[in-house]
Amino acid sequence: MKKTVTLAAFLLLLAGSLSVIGCGPKADQSEREGQATSENGQAGKKTQSARDYISIVGSSTVYPFATVVAEQFGKTTEFKTPKIESTGSGGGFKLFSAGVGVEHPDITNASRRIKKSECEKCAENGVTEVVEIKIGYDGIVMANSKRAEPFKLSRKDIFLALAKEVPDPNGVEGELVPNPYKTWKDVNPSLPETKIEVLGPPPTSGTRDAFVELAMEAGAKEFAWIKALKKEDKNAFKKISHTLREDGAYIEAGENDNLIVQKLDANADALGIFGFSFLDQNTDKIQGAFVDDVQPAFGAIADGSYPLSRPLFFYVKKAHVGTIPGIAEYLAEFTAEKAWGDEGYLTEKGLIPMPKEEREQYAKAAEELIVISCDEL
Amino acid sequence: MSSSKNKSIAGASGSSRRERTIDIVNRRLAKRYRIEKRFRFYGLCSIIVSMVFLAVLLTSIVSNGYSAFFQTYVRLDITLDSAMLDRENPGKSNFQAIIKQSINKLYPEVEDRKSKRELYALFSSGAAFQLRDLVMRHPDLIGTTVSLWVPADDDVDMLMKGYIKRSVAENERRLSDRQLGWIDRLADQDRIEKRFNVTFFTAGDSREPELAGIWGAVKGSFFTLLVTLVLSFPIGLAAAVYLEEFAPKNLATDFIEVNINNLAAVPSIVFGLLGLAVFLNFFGMPRSTPLVGGLVLMLMTLPTIIIASRAALKAVPPSIREAALGVGSSKMQMVSSHVLPLALPGMLTGTIIGMAQALGETAPLLMIGMVAFIVDIPGGFTDPAAVMPVQIYLWADSPERAFLERTSAAILVLLAFLVLMNAAAVIMRKRFEKRW
Repeated sequence: MKKTVTLAAFLLLLAGSLSVIGCGPKADQSEREGQATSENGQAGKKTQSARDYISIVGSSTVYPFATVVAEQFGKTTEFKTPKIESTGSGGGFKLFSAGVGVEHPDITNASRRIKKSECEKCAENGVTEVVEIKIGYDGIVMANSKRAEPFKLSRKDIFLALAKEVPDPNGVEGELVPNPYKTWKDVNPSLPETKIEVLGPPPTSGTRDAFVELAMEAGAKEFAWIKALKKEDKNAFKKISHTLREDGAYIEAGENDNLIVQKLDANADALGIFGFSFLDQNTDKIQGAFVDDVQPAFGAIADGSYPLSRPLFFYVKKAHVGTIPGIAEYLAEFTAEKAWGDEGYLTEKGLIPMPKEEREQYAKAAEELIVISCDEL
Repeated sequence: MSSSKNKSIAGASGSSRRERTIDIVNRRLAKRYRIEKRFRFYGLCSIIVSMVFLAVLLTSIVSNGYSAFFQTYVRLDITLDSAMLDRENPGKSNFQAIIKQSINKLYPEVEDRKSKRELYALFSSGAAFQLRDLVMRHPDLIGTTVSLWVPADDDVDMLMKGYIKRSVAENERRLSDRQLGWIDRLADQDRIEKRFNVTFFTAGDSREPELAGIWGAVKGSFFTLLVTLVLSFPIGLAAAVYLEEFAPKNLATDFIEVNINNLAAVPSIVFGLLGLAVFLNFFGMPRSTPLVGGLVLMLMTLPTIIIASRAALKAVPPSIREAALGVGSSKMQMVSSHVLPLALPGMLTGTIIGMAQALGETAPLLMIGMVAFIVDIPGGFTDPAAVMPVQIYLWADSPERAFLERTSAAILVLLAFLVLMNAAAVIMRKRFEKRW
C-alpha cells in the first residue's frame, strides 16, 4: 500500500498540484488556493494595461477578409497578429461601443452601416471619435446543385415563395393569407414544378438580415398596397416582408455555409442562401440563381447590376490609435491596393472591390483618420 | 397420531405438488430459454448498433482527415542573389520577389501579367516566409542557389489529392487547363510530391489551408487545462473531504449537496455567461486568454470532481477509519494518512474525466472571446489563445475546400488526446484502486 501511496503522490505531482498529500489542514489549503486565484486576477489586470496586439470583433461576413489581412500584417511587420472574433455585426457594435480602454476592442467589422442608435451609444460611453472604412461589397446568392437547371427568379418570386404571409392570390387588395404556394410553378408559371425548399441562415445571421432587406423587402414592394403601407406603418411593413415561412419550405440550416453547400450537392431540388465567397469556392458543385435576370458573378456584383449585394465596413476607435501598437499600420495594410485592389489578395477570397474613386476616398479616410458624426447617419 | 397423519397427507400432497411444479417448470422451460435468448439478443443488438455508429463516425472522420497529414510540396531552385538580399539586414528583403523570380525561371514562356498571376497562384504565399526563415538562420547562404521544397497552394493540393477532378469542365474548376499543364510539367520534372505535413503540427491558425496548423490550439488547450486543473483539483478535493469527513449532517450540508449535484447538470454555456459577467466585466481580466478560459472551465468541472471524489471517499470502508481512530490518531491524521491515500485513485480518475470533458468544450468559451482567429502561438496564460474544439469549429466554417480535411484531421488529434486521457484514467483505476 505504501507503494500505491507514493505512486499516487507522484502522479499528483505530475498533475501540477503540490501540497495535497502532505499534511496541512484542508482549510489552510483552500485559503492558499484562494490567494492564488486573487493573484491570478491581479496578474490579469496587469497584462491588460499593456495589450500589445489589436483586438477586432464583428461580422462573420467580414471575418474571412479581415483574418487574411491580419495574417499578412502579422507576418510582414514587427507587430503581433491581431486577434479577430466573429461576433456578428450587432454583437460587434455592442462590444465596440462599451468604452475606451484596453479591455475594449479597437476595431469592429460590420456587414452593414453603423446605426444611428449604435453611434449614439458609442458617444455615450466616451467613444466619440469613430473612423468608418468601407472595404468592398459582398453578394448574397441563391444557389442550387449543378445537376439541375439554374433558377431564374425575380425578387417578387423570392418574396412570394418565402414570406410567411402573402397577398391573397385571388386578388383581394390588402388581404394577407398564409403562404399557399407549394411548388415554384405555383409562384410563377415560368418556374419549374419542384417543391419550394430553401436552406438559409438563422435570424442571428447578418446574411439573413441582408437577405430579407435586399430580396424580401424589394419583392414585397412590388405590391403597390404593401409599398404604400411602408410609409404609413413601418412595423406592419416589416412584419410582412421580414417574416419567413415556418412550414418547412424555408429551412434554417445554421450558420455553417459549408453544410448548406453539402446539402445542396445531395439534394438537387433545394436552393441555398449564402455569401458569394462560398459560391466562388464551389463552382464545380453549385450554381447561382439569376435574380432579376442577372447571375451572381464578380463583375455583376462590383458594378451593382446584381441586386442582392451589400457593402462591408469596419469601424476604428480613433482614441486607440497610438496607444495600441500597429493600428495605423493595419489600416494601411487593409487599404493598400495589393489587398483590396482589383487584383488584390482579398479578391481571391471573394471580396468584391469598390470602384477606384471610392477606394481612394476610404484610403484617405484611413490615413487621416477622418471621424464620422452620428448626425450623418 | 393426527400429526403423523397430517404429515403423511402433507407429504403426499407435497410429492404430487412437486411433480406438478416440475411439469410447470418443464412446460415453461422452452419459453424461458427463448425469453432469455431474446433478452441477450436485444443487448447484443444495442451494442452492435452503437458500435456501428461509432465505426461509421470514425471511418468518415479518418477517411476525410488522414489526407490532411500530407501536403503537396513543390521544389524550387532559388538563387539567393546578393543583389536582391541585403546582407546587413536580410529580413527586410523582398522574398516574394525572389520566389517569383525562381518560378519565372521554371516557366520562361509565361510573360503577360494575367498569366503570371495564374502561375504564381499555384504556389503558397508561405513560400516567401519559409525562405525568409531560412535566410535569417543561415545568412551565409546568400549568393548561392538552394533547392527548397515549398508548400503548393491549397487548390494544387486538392487536385493532387483527387478532391478537384480533372474531368469537370474548365470554367467550373478552380484550376484552369493551363494551370493543370503547368502542374503536369512540375510532376514530369519530379518537382512536386506529397510529404508529411509538418506545418499542421507546428503552426498556428492561418487563412491559407496549407499554412494552417493545430499547434497553437493544442498549446491554448494545454494552458487552459493547466489553469483548470491547478484550481479545480485542490478545491474539489478539499470540498469533497470536508463534506464527506468533517461536515455535520444537517440541512445546510444537504442544501449544499443538492446544489453541487444541480451544478453538474447545468448547461456549460451558463458558466460562460457567468465567466463573462464575473471575470471579464467585474474583475476586468483580459478577453480570449487561457487564464479566463481555465477559470470558467474550472467552475464547470468542479462539481464533477467533487461528486467523483465524494464517491471515492465513500467507498473507503468505515473499518479503516475506526481502526485509525482506535490506535489513537486524530481525525485529521486518519483522513490524511489513511482515507485520502486510499480514495486518491478514484479521485484522480474523476478529475481526469472532468478534464477530458473540459478539453472538448466550446460553448462557455464562446462567451469569453476564445472563439477567435489567432495566428500567433500562445506563450503564456495571458496571451490570446484558441483551444482545439474551437479550432475545429472555425475550420468547419471556412469556405476553402482544403479546410474540410483539416477539420477532420483536427478532430482526430482531439480524439487522440481524449483517448489518452481516458486511458490514463482506466490504467490508474486498474493499478491503484483497491477492492474491498
